[in-house]
Amino acid sequence: MNPSKSRLKALKNELHVNWQLYILVILPIVYVILFMYYPMYGIQIAFKDYIAVEGISGSPWVGLEHFEKFIDSYEFKRIFMNTLRISAYSLIAGFPMPIILALSINVVKNKLFKKSVQMITYAPYFISTVVMVGIMLQLLSTHDYGVINNLLSLFGIGPIPFMTDADLFDHVYVWSGVWQGMGWNSIIYIAALSSVDQELYEAATIDGASVFQKILHIDLPSILPTIAITLILSSGSLLNVGFEKIMLMQNASNIAVSEVISTYVYKLSFGTGLPNYSYSTAIGLFNSVISFIILIIVNYISRYVSKVSLW
Amino acid sequence: MKIYTTRDKIFVACNYIFLSILLVIIAYPLLLIVSSSFSSPQAVVSGKVKLFPVDFSLEGYKAILGYQDIWVGYANTIFYTTFGTLLNLFMTIIAAYPLSRPDFKAKNLVMVLFTITMFFSGGMIPSYLAMNSMGLLNNRLVMILPSAMSVYDVIITRTFFQSSIPKELLESAKLDGCSDFNFILKIVIPLSGAIIAVNALFYAVGHWNSYFNAFLYLTDANKMPLQIKLRTVLVLNQMDITMFGSADPTMMDKKAELAQLIKYALIIVANGPILCIYPFVQKFFIKGVMIGSLKG
Repeated sequence: MNPSKSRLKALKNELHVNWQLYILVILPIVYVILFMYYPMYGIQIAFKDYIAVEGISGSPWVGLEHFEKFIDSYEFKRIFMNTLRISAYSLIAGFPMPIILALSINVVKNKLFKKSVQMITYAPYFISTVVMVGIMLQLLSTHDYGVINNLLSLFGIGPIPFMTDADLFDHVYVWSGVWQGMGWNSIIYIAALSSVDQELYEAATIDGASVFQKILHIDLPSILPTIAITLILSSGSLLNVGFEKIMLMQNASNIAVSEVISTYVYKLSFGTGLPNYSYSTAIGLFNSVISFIILIIVNYISRYVSKVSLW
Repeated sequence: MKIYTTRDKIFVACNYIFLSILLVIIAYPLLLIVSSSFSSPQAVVSGKVKLFPVDFSLEGYKAILGYQDIWVGYANTIFYTTFGTLLNLFMTIIAAYPLSRPDFKAKNLVMVLFTITMFFSGGMIPSYLAMNSMGLLNNRLVMILPSAMSVYDVIITRTFFQSSIPKELLESAKLDGCSDFNFILKIVIPLSGAIIAVNALFYAVGHWNSYFNAFLYLTDANKMPLQIKLRTVLVLNQMDITMFGSADPTMMDKKAELAQLIKYALIIVANGPILCIYPFVQKFFIKGVMIGSLKG
């Protein structure tokens, strides 16, 4: 029997035994094809001049014209730097906080206190972006009902126009994000810490190690791989700043510092009477390509520095 | 056994103080919103609410009761969340189970097909054009179908099936002539309560808080979910204050005060249900993450 025939027979046998499993995966496969791969097929309009009546495949090719146009445009530098600045700040401020929180929670012996800290710090994560920005507008307002400014005035500070001062946009965006995500993002480290071998602590205690030394020499090294993986993944999404939140926080007074690539793409396509789908797709694709390059670089560095990498 | 030195005692005390400060920073704004929502409009507008409700009143909630537009959004969101989550659970289980079976030959191929979508996507405009060509624009299904399955959750669920459904169960079920479909219904699902609960919570929260798909794909006001209605009130500050009783101009000041109070009540009404549910599923979070981080 030739090999292709025996392979065919094996396939037939597999389908005969496991046909129900194949039936099960059909629907999920149809789903990813329709809603994940089919949109990817449309990316080609970034290299074309999309004309609605011609459709995606019928529109004429223009090569890299849209990419060149974007990089040469006078907005490019500002928007690109805004995106990079806001996301780098988010990463630097937001990344260490969950680690510190997890290490800190791990030291607590009182079960009730531990549970309460976890429950309360997780809560903000469940607040939707719209409500979050709504809460910020209320509490950070300069009106009489702006509680934070009321508190600051007790110390003779303010009132500070948090939501309208362009210089404060980055800080408000980043620290409200830390407030919302710190607890939730600590879960992955708490999970990693819970699998640390208890004997290590006992041995360290016998050797006279202090609580702080145990954190430094037992806890931190054991979550290092988790830290590395999380860092790689977050740097991969470095340019994917929170579109929804920035969009909601934008106003006339901060638009110069708050316009990022994704909000710009949205405005070019849906904010004008003359949408340029090809141009905005090219800008979105530019964003993804840069993100992917950053991911590869950080993954490469991490593989050599900490021996941890995604692939 | 416990021998804390003075140095350690100071460290542990500092740690408690650090966490307590953090708790205050996180809990205070939340508490303030709850308290404000139960205060009188005058107390809220003049900034008298510092910690607990001032001049306890339910005026904010009463005003919301008559705010038709919010309830349209609420009904839509409940509809999208219920059917969306049911579809999510169905899709996740039927995708995860075959992938958890070592004897399923197409496993790796399907896995690659799924995993690629975690790193690449069409982006805003190609997705919009795809929805358009499938006739999903301004269609209620656009709130459910495009987010019918999350590959990340499928992988976590698959790993759970691999590690907690004993192989022997499948073997003995097979001997008894049990089909795969029956095995999932009678054995796999009853044994997977924890992972199904976590999945249901994540998916439901995702649907409840979802705003972007509606923003991009829906146009009819009567199809809009709660989050879009909230944006109008909370962020754009557009509230139809004529909806609260007569349009008497002398009442305008009062209505402006009421408008601020309504925002707080609205935040509670909108996010309250989820904030009440998650503590019950909390104990599964860490377990879920641990399962997910196992390589498989």
